[in-house]
Amino acid sequence: MRARKQKAEAEGAYSQKEKELRNSLLLQVANIPGGESIKKCIQCGSCTGSCPVSYTMDITPREIIALFRARDIESILSSRTIWICASCYACTIRCPQGVQVTDILYALKRLAIEQKIFPKRFPVYSLSKSFVYLANRYGRSYEPGLIVAYFLKTNPFKLLGMIPLFLKLFFKGRIGILPKKIKGSKNFSKILQEAEIMEMVVPVVES
Amino acid sequence: MEYTYYPGCSLEASAKGYDESFRFVFQALGLKLLELEDWNCCGATYYMATKETISLVISARNLALAEPYGHDLVCPCSSCYTILYKTNHILKNNRIMKAKVDQALKKDDLKYNLGIKVRHPLEVLVNDVGLETIVSKAKVSLAGMKIAQYYGCQIVRPDRGLDDKENPQMMDSLFAALGAENVYFPMKVRCCGGMLMTTYPDVALKLNKKILENAHQNGANLVLTTCPLCQINLEAYQDKINKKFKTELHLPILFFTQALGLALGGDPKELGIQRSLIPFRTKENLLEVTK
Repeated sequence: MRARKQKAEAEGAYSQKEKELRNSLLLQVANIPGGESIKKCIQCGSCTGSCPVSYTMDITPREIIALFRARDIESILSSRTIWICASCYACTIRCPQGVQVTDILYALKRLAIEQKIFPKRFPVYSLSKSFVYLANRYGRSYEPGLIVAYFLKTNPFKLLGMIPLFLKLFFKGRIGILPKKIKGSKNFSKILQEAEIMEMVVPVVES
Repeated sequence: MEYTYYPGCSLEASAKGYDESFRFVFQALGLKLLELEDWNCCGATYYMATKETISLVISARNLALAEPYGHDLVCPCSSCYTILYKTNHILKNNRIMKAKVDQALKKDDLKYNLGIKVRHPLEVLVNDVGLETIVSKAKVSLAGMKIAQYYGCQIVRPDRGLDDKENPQMMDSLFAALGAENVYFPMKVRCCGGMLMTTYPDVALKLNKKILENAHQNGANLVLTTCPLCQINLEAYQDKINKKFKTELHLPILFFTQALGLALGGDPKELGIQRSLIPFRTKENLLEVTK
């Protein structure tokens, strides 16, 4: 027992995986203006109390930070919480310590995607992917295309249920027949390709 | 006063009425609008949640395109407003991100020099034009409208110092000055769930039910919003909410510029009010003509 404890202390008590996840997360958090305030959390629970959807989360926003401290990022990444957050920022504005809770949840979402820790046909990721595909291709979003692509990826049968609403909106002139494309779409893809590379670039942190 | 206009994808489709009424209001108040040419999608929360750098790059393309116009960039869609504002904020505060974004924009010979101010029309109207001027140009009193002013999330959050974060007053004071009655509405900044309506409909329906019920119980005959996503969530899913929770909600949901347009003498048709799924009967609500 004692030997194990000593060994753990020598390794800083982080498993290899935890170390990796921690570094990626801290790098992301460093990009958020005010992100360093994550260290100042006093576990008061204002975030959880303010959250309109915390009732349906498996790990509440306060517990997210507690788990981060307890060196268990893996549990956070496999939670429902990071996906159910609608990014309303109620937690962020009420935090007495200035913790940027919403932006930290964004960072966790990105990390989970990077690590592919989510179920197949997972709704939030599928919607994001459909959206990104359309935005890249046309430079603009296209609502009907987004909904169709999303339901084809998750549950095609639910698409039928959307038809009455589509028709109603269509007759009110609120749905475009074809997606609009930006003029500079060729150059736009060049920008995107370069941005994709920049996404991978990890900066050397200045001392 | 001149502004550059960033419509965003929703205002070309499901929120067409927002675009129409927004243009009308600005014109009626003598503000010049120039639409940003060849703007692209801001990426919304979808992009921000998956690829941060790319999200910042595509938003920054819009900022770079807008810079030569030399005016503030006005974004009516709450989501576009938040994303573009946030991008601007990050680029101004994070040199590494700025360098990455510059590198990508260079591929299209674009450069963003941090010279843009991103603004929401509600705030432009209240701060730049002022209530007195708006009231002096109003042609129709809005007496009879009992409005639940729904700000949603992204106008006041995250904090940009524009208005009170918990109990914003911009829309309330604007419409009170125009003769409407603001009902007590504690849910005015509660989240509608946004894209959860697609991904987790059960959760979103419950959130919307709470908001609508709160407006209804306090006697509202109209809900005003500033956001295309809130508008469609609150309006298009009322049938489903009624069915699921056995409620009898039937509240028209308009964009704040549509109601303001009526006060400024606009025709409901040119303000896109006929595009509503839940009809708002203007004659019933507009009782007197003041001028």
